[in-house]
Amino acid sequence: MFDLDLWREIFQSINKNKTRALLSGFTVAFAIMLFTILFGIANGLENTFEKFFIRRAENAINIRFGTTSKPYKGLQIGRQIQPTSADLIYLKKEFGDNIEYISSKISRGYQVKYKKQKGGYTISGVSPDYQYIEKAEIEDGRFISLKDIYTKDKVCVIGRLVEEDLFLKESAMGKYIDLEGVQYKVVGVYSDGGGDSQERVIYAPYTTIQRLYLGNDDIGNISLTYNPNLSVDQALALVKDMTVKLKNKFDIAPNDQRGIRIGDGVLNAKKRLDNISSGLGALIPIIGFGTLIAGILGISNIMIFIVKERTKEIGIRKALGASPKSIVSIILLESILITAITGYIGLLIGVGILKAVGSSLERYFITNPSVNSSILLTATIVLIIAGAIAGFLPAKRASKIKPIIALRDG
Amino acid sequence: MLKIHQLHKSYPIGDSSLHVLKGIDLSVKEGEMVAIMGSSGSGKSTLLNIIGMLDEADEGEYILDGLPIKDLTEKKAAVYRNKFLGFIFQSFNLINYKTALENVALPLYYQGMKRAERQELAMFHLEKVGLTDWAKHLPKELSGGQNQRVAIARALAANPKLLLADEPTGALDTKTSYEIMAFIQQLNDEGKTILMVTHEEDIANMCKRIVRLRDGIIMEDTKVTQVRAEQYV
Repeated sequence: MFDLDLWREIFQSINKNKTRALLSGFTVAFAIMLFTILFGIANGLENTFEKFFIRRAENAINIRFGTTSKPYKGLQIGRQIQPTSADLIYLKKEFGDNIEYISSKISRGYQVKYKKQKGGYTISGVSPDYQYIEKAEIEDGRFISLKDIYTKDKVCVIGRLVEEDLFLKESAMGKYIDLEGVQYKVVGVYSDGGGDSQERVIYAPYTTIQRLYLGNDDIGNISLTYNPNLSVDQALALVKDMTVKLKNKFDIAPNDQRGIRIGDGVLNAKKRLDNISSGLGALIPIIGFGTLIAGILGISNIMIFIVKERTKEIGIRKALGASPKSIVSIILLESILITAITGYIGLLIGVGILKAVGSSLERYFITNPSVNSSILLTATIVLIIAGAIAGFLPAKRASKIKPIIALRDG
Repeated sequence: MLKIHQLHKSYPIGDSSLHVLKGIDLSVKEGEMVAIMGSSGSGKSTLLNIIGMLDEADEGEYILDGLPIKDLTEKKAAVYRNKFLGFIFQSFNLINYKTALENVALPLYYQGMKRAERQELAMFHLEKVGLTDWAKHLPKELSGGQNQRVAIARALAANPKLLLADEPTGALDTKTSYEIMAFIQQLNDEGKTILMVTHEEDIANMCKRIVRLRDGIIMEDTKVTQVRAEQYV
């Protein structure tokens, strides 16, 4: 039920007592502003963490193969461990759904030429899955396909910067580059958010590399992504399991650290960062909430003061026949109105400050601090509730004022 | 109209209590104009507050217009005050940020009357007290006498059965006091029942009956010949 007269009373009360309203409003605006900025900064920190992992898929791990450092089962120390494409199939079979994408990675450096331009680049022999492991974005053409793997064609996908370096302003698509005497057809150009060095790599089918340079079925290292639904702890367990099984398969001593290394460093870092960000994630709402509580207490205090100041007026109203309920509504609605309006102003100022200084905070690990609309909506609802809480006690107190005491002369 | 029987009221003071009203019997008929007199501490204001339902008696009976006034909830008391009683205070008790018109319209607002209607009615009462031209002014822009007239208009607005005045001329000079009294007498002539607390003899003599209180008991209750206030104005 909308009571126009009641609102008229409230607007008049606010309008005729501007200092009072301004004073209480300032507290709320300030609290909400801090609240907004804190949340914005929290989001900024989170954005930084996310950016940190964009270089590769967040769930990517590398399996590197080296030489053994311990004798085992009669095998000599210093044995080179060499996986083959059969091992890719083995892993896929053994770990099934726990592996999302898997690829071999035979990397070596070459001199690469196109017309008069040349430079040294890393050539990586990979499987089609590698696109998703590396998070390579195709700008033009396509990535290595399954068909390339079977036909072992001399095709390649080059990084955006390779195209820029070698082809200058031309498009590289369909042209041939020279890898130390062998001509590769460029079938795609990719970009990679991971930085410049990631865009100076040339990808070719690993089978082509095997055919042209190795003459065997070696596959170099293995890159894979684990199932993204796994938690960090589950992923770490998976890495452990994988290490044990591979060591067993290649007859490596269980305590040999060198034969096979699975890069779980990223996982460990991720775990640490997750801890930090969940710590921050927990801390910042607490601080924000504290600020909000302080704001509510602030306005509540001021409302109590207002009620004291208005004691006589409330007494008069009661003597004239105001019910306790109407006294409560007047005080409560005034509180809600002031809180909602000034809180909203605080919100706008907070968002404005975030926008203004946001980009200059990057060196403090805060990227693009902002609050989204769902937080704004929540904040608005919180504001109204806060106003109600802040006004309730003073309103209750006001309704209990005895007119006789309020009206006592002198 | 009003019947009080063996009314007692005490106020706690520290550990002991102060017995303010020690068995008051009073009955007022419709159309009467009664002055309650007594020195300070005699209990006259307490009595008026109880009659005005601003305070509650400890013991005794109070019947207003046939309705027993006892153990009222706050809400009920608010309704009764609004419906039956009009208050006039020594210090006017107008709401300082509201204009004369808004002050007069306030009891009508609590009656649930529509805005246009109550403004019209408030204007009518302001006209009655001769303040039509001051309707849009705030209390601080009006003189004491004018403020008291606004307060009277406000007390009349809800058309109460009983008008209660607590030292209505206490804050006014003699000339203005008589003006206000002339006005109150005129209301009484029109049939309003009026109960007034005062400690000034000349003001009391402008009523039709004087009730003298001392130490919480009625000492004297006499009918007097009303002195008309107009002759001094």
